[in-house]
Amino acid sequence: MPEQLVFGMEVILNGLMAGVLYALVALGFVLIYKASGIFNYAQGVMALFAAMTLVGIMNGQVPFSHLINAIFGTHIHYFGWNVPALFAILLTMAVMVLLAWAVQRFVMRHLVGQEPIILFMATIGLAYFLEGVADLMWGSEIKTLDVGLPQGINLWIDESTFNIFGYGFFIDNLDIVATVIAALLVAALVAFSQYTKQGRAMRAVADDHQAALSVGISLNFIWIMVWSVAGFVALVAGIMWGTKSGVQFSLSLIALKALPVLMLGGFTSIPGAIVGGLIIGVGEKLFEFTLGPALGGATENWFAYVLALIFLVFRPQGLFGEKIIERV
Amino acid sequence: MKTKLATMALGAVMAAGPVMADLVFPSLSYRTGPYAAGGIPFADGYADYFTLLNERDGGIGGVPAKVIECETGYNTEKGVECYESTKGEGALVYQPLSTGITYQLIPKTTADGIPMHTMGYGRTSAKNGGVFSHTFNYPANYWDGASGAINYLLEENGGDLNGKKVALVYHNSAYGKEPIRTLEELSKKHGFELVALPVDHPGQEQKSQWLQIRRDKPDYVLMWGWGVMNQVAVQEAANIRFPMENFIGIWWSGSENDVLPAGEAANGYKALTFHNVGSDFPLYDDLNKYVIDAGKAAGAGDQVGTVLYNRGLYAAMLAAEAAKKAQEISGNAEITPADMRDGMEALEITEAKMSELGLPNFGPTFSVSCENHGGDALVGVTQWDAATKTWSLISEFKPTDGDVIGPLITEDSSAYAAENNIDPRC
Repeated sequence: MPEQLVFGMEVILNGLMAGVLYALVALGFVLIYKASGIFNYAQGVMALFAAMTLVGIMNGQVPFSHLINAIFGTHIHYFGWNVPALFAILLTMAVMVLLAWAVQRFVMRHLVGQEPIILFMATIGLAYFLEGVADLMWGSEIKTLDVGLPQGINLWIDESTFNIFGYGFFIDNLDIVATVIAALLVAALVAFSQYTKQGRAMRAVADDHQAALSVGISLNFIWIMVWSVAGFVALVAGIMWGTKSGVQFSLSLIALKALPVLMLGGFTSIPGAIVGGLIIGVGEKLFEFTLGPALGGATENWFAYVLALIFLVFRPQGLFGEKIIERV
Repeated sequence: MKTKLATMALGAVMAAGPVMADLVFPSLSYRTGPYAAGGIPFADGYADYFTLLNERDGGIGGVPAKVIECETGYNTEKGVECYESTKGEGALVYQPLSTGITYQLIPKTTADGIPMHTMGYGRTSAKNGGVFSHTFNYPANYWDGASGAINYLLEENGGDLNGKKVALVYHNSAYGKEPIRTLEELSKKHGFELVALPVDHPGQEQKSQWLQIRRDKPDYVLMWGWGVMNQVAVQEAANIRFPMENFIGIWWSGSENDVLPAGEAANGYKALTFHNVGSDFPLYDDLNKYVIDAGKAAGAGDQVGTVLYNRGLYAAMLAAEAAKKAQEISGNAEITPADMRDGMEALEITEAKMSELGLPNFGPTFSVSCENHGGDALVGVTQWDAATKTWSLISEFKPTDGDVIGPLITEDSSAYAAENNIDPRC
């Protein structure tokens, strides 16, 4: 088999894995947009906040310690204990539910019925607020996140492909774990929205929140639930990306990777986020591999958007988005 | 009533007086945003050194130093706003800590007559002080870094890089592209193959670049990164099992932040430097006594002794020494920006002076002149020990290739002079 073809296969596999990581971020956007029509600009910051909270809890860090020390002249930074990863994840999830309640209680509840652009602006404010709170709560330094996920080359794939093609493929163990988790997450989310009472209520609210209200569905509860689920997805994305690069403020920029995925997959489809992520992941990696060298490299960021724009020309609602027909 | 008014007026004048007389050193810092982890330690070190001078010596030449901090968020527009809003405070020298901001401020600071010090960043050809009258980049610049890395590899290979392959993983920005021209010239001179691999901002996704490195199998990888790009690159290098001792970053890719997230896998990674690392210097005794233990440390006080804290400390020390020189030349304790520029241009850092300051073997010796705003271009190499979580200086500060860099600086600065109708001063 020609060498370039073998390399291309490795690139495609890695593109698929990268696509799954993009999709993990995009899922959070889809959930909130689907249920409330809000494009949540703060989704990337939520991933950052969740990951910082997780590391802080695991390390036994005292929240707001810098502020406390500055006010009271104390020198406390750590409680002196470490919390096991699984328990810390549960505690972080509780914090994300609390955050969901606070967002609903203090922001979204006051904006019911407002134009989508106003809701979008509110989430921009929320993003900046949350980033500041995360900084104040846990500090700005880069934190190492280790919840026990494997990293590095998968030796089995390396050896197996070497035996077949004479060249061992590189696949990161972390990417494999991310793929499995993303698959489970999507299956769970689809099952939740299709087969549970709360899931059906969520879909009802998404279709028409006034009609849902008239049949006794609590909007408050549904929106808190949706923001909580989005918080959970943000936590998963934060763990995956934070394990790769350490937990730091640039983690919030992963949202930029989700935008072309959303444009391509549609803002309202959970499977769309996954398929969109895979297409973007493979597309940008293959483009970089084939034409990148001739164009000076670093094509991935802009090519993802170009690819999404090409899809938009033919399907403005995205691959799996709902077609909006407005009659005048 | 008149007496009361006169007393109040006198009080106001007395209160205002010392403020006017302070030696003002603006700090264009970034404590927020994606690059905060790098900006905070530098800003803390910069502020703490001036606090030490004020607490221990009563300032510089008897005049208190005042640090005005302005948050840029590593954003060029905000950096320019910070400059405009602080220059009226009597600013003596700007250190913008960003190549983007530097490029914007070169014409502004020149027009306003305020010197700017871009230590290890900014426009490399600003080394030509004949053209760039108010911009200084001692003790080393990016091209020195590129040459320093190749010189180190030459040493490692018995002086011969012929047939070797060197990959450059760089931030796809003006900053990241800076070393390419120098490395191209050096590859012609020493016969190694150069492969340039750009990484887009912010650098969280580098799979394509590292897959290519895995396929191409370069002998060495150099990195010009900043922020999250560094951490991801070190992790990806570990993932493909690239030998860390053959991976060398520029000084902006060589702090604790860059290697800690990768844990043990980062062991052996190297970085260039123009100052020493750690806190085992006599100056730290005074810092602990007058600043840290006294509760006067900047920020949270938790960055002391880190690589970037030391860099901020070093930048402040060089500014303070230039201010002393300016006081000596002008004969005035209360110097102006013009005096400060003259002081910077006459600065001479010797080992004796560094020892006297409590920083023996902390940085290279160098002198500045009208022709040479970049110092003597000496570069060292540090290496990370993951077990002890410490950086160590593993080489002396050694000369770089002036034969290659000199003509490039002349070419670039001459082009700038022609574009801006500047007659070289010297």
